[in-house]
Amino acid sequence: MGTRQKIDARGAFCPGPLMELIATLKLVQIGDEIEVWSSDKGSATDIPEWVKKVRHELVGVTKEDGYWSIVVRKAK
Amino acid sequence: MAKKILIVGGGLSGTIVANGLCRQLRGELSSGSVSITMLGASDTHMYQPGLLYVPFGKIRESELFREQRKVLDRRVPYFVDPAKHIDVENKVVTTQSGKTHSYDYLVIATGSRIRPENIPGMVEGGHWFYDLDGARKLRDALAQFQGGKIVINVNAPHKCPVAPLEIVFMLRDFLIGKGLLDKSEITYTYPIGRLHALEPVANWAVPEFQRHGIKSETFFNTKSVDPQAKTITSEEGVTLPYDLLITIPPHSGQQVITDSNLGAGGWVPTVKNTLLREGSDNVFIVGDTTNIPISKAGSTAHFEADTVVDNLVSLLKEDRWARDYDGKVFCFVETGFNTGTYVWFNYTTPPNPGPPSQMIHWFKLAYNRLYWLSARGLL
Repeated sequence: MGTRQKIDARGAFCPGPLMELIATLKLVQIGDEIEVWSSDKGSATDIPEWVKKVRHELVGVTKEDGYWSIVVRKAK
Repeated sequence: MAKKILIVGGGLSGTIVANGLCRQLRGELSSGSVSITMLGASDTHMYQPGLLYVPFGKIRESELFREQRKVLDRRVPYFVDPAKHIDVENKVVTTQSGKTHSYDYLVIATGSRIRPENIPGMVEGGHWFYDLDGARKLRDALAQFQGGKIVINVNAPHKCPVAPLEIVFMLRDFLIGKGLLDKSEITYTYPIGRLHALEPVANWAVPEFQRHGIKSETFFNTKSVDPQAKTITSEEGVTLPYDLLITIPPHSGQQVITDSNLGAGGWVPTVKNTLLREGSDNVFIVGDTTNIPISKAGSTAHFEADTVVDNLVSLLKEDRWARDYDGKVFCFVETGFNTGTYVWFNYTTPPNPGPPSQMIHWFKLAYNRLYWLSARGLL
């Protein structure tokens, strides 16, 4: 069972939620999950699009109060 | 008992903190009720943004360096003896020479470093300009370049987030000047699905790229470089040929951070408004060392350092908190050899870059020298 790490990237204009996710994925183990909080609605589409491209696993996308929670599991 | 402030790291943010404290704690330093000590890795202080100009011969190397002891207030003992272990529980730092320094307040400003070795083939096959040796080698490679495919490759995470675009536009002007633009093809790769992390900057760059025939490959996270075949391949499954590879390598924090179990990748978990280490009330983190999801840039380090100075002074003098860091970042953006623009934003204000102009380019050139006033805490 992997661990779950949270990135609170709400209001992060640069480097932004996806770049933070990419950087953090390099630091965790296969099977670990990363939960990204983003206030940019674009994250709800561009993070899943990228996760599909590189064949990690999208655990879920949830609309919260004023932000999106996107959970990704490192698959390789 | 004198209150001891220990600053680990002699780069921009640590130096601004030290000099700013000296300006505001003059009496306390004179009476001996406060002491400030800095540990660093080098006798020299480098103006890192100046490296961008080295490959094009647009700056003299001597302009990049000052003696750290001359940049630093003379009341701060400076030891070229980097930290080897930071023990935040026992409030003591052990250096590479084996000396120990205790503290009441600790400022960690160890910064970041490029890690081209983390990508197979990148050291052998790539050029970069994020350190002096790399910038010199790129300068030599450009001097010999006679045309061909240039790939400018950006990896996450990296500091100075506008530098990748700046090198594109400056390279374009360089090729025009050498009469090689028609014989060359520039392809820019970026880790996410647009040309820059800042959406307005990315939107601005699209027509600029089209106007100058610069190709791009987004969603490109480097998996490997093949120096023999001269190709670069992404995790997303794209392979690009190159004659000259200019890369912005992935970065990490310093080894002492991971060795001290203070943060994965060398990034210390930091409260984004207070700049205190998570779980500590006497350990401040400034500059690239934080894990705050914000640009790793000199201006970030500068504005963070100003906040740390105000809060440390207030805590020491009045035992109260002064103010929070608002996430301010300001970056000049060179858009060629003769024009520039700038962008600023904070945690609540989105960026909105203006049109490039020669005037802003001149401001940037002026700042290349005014930097030393920033480091001294005067600007």
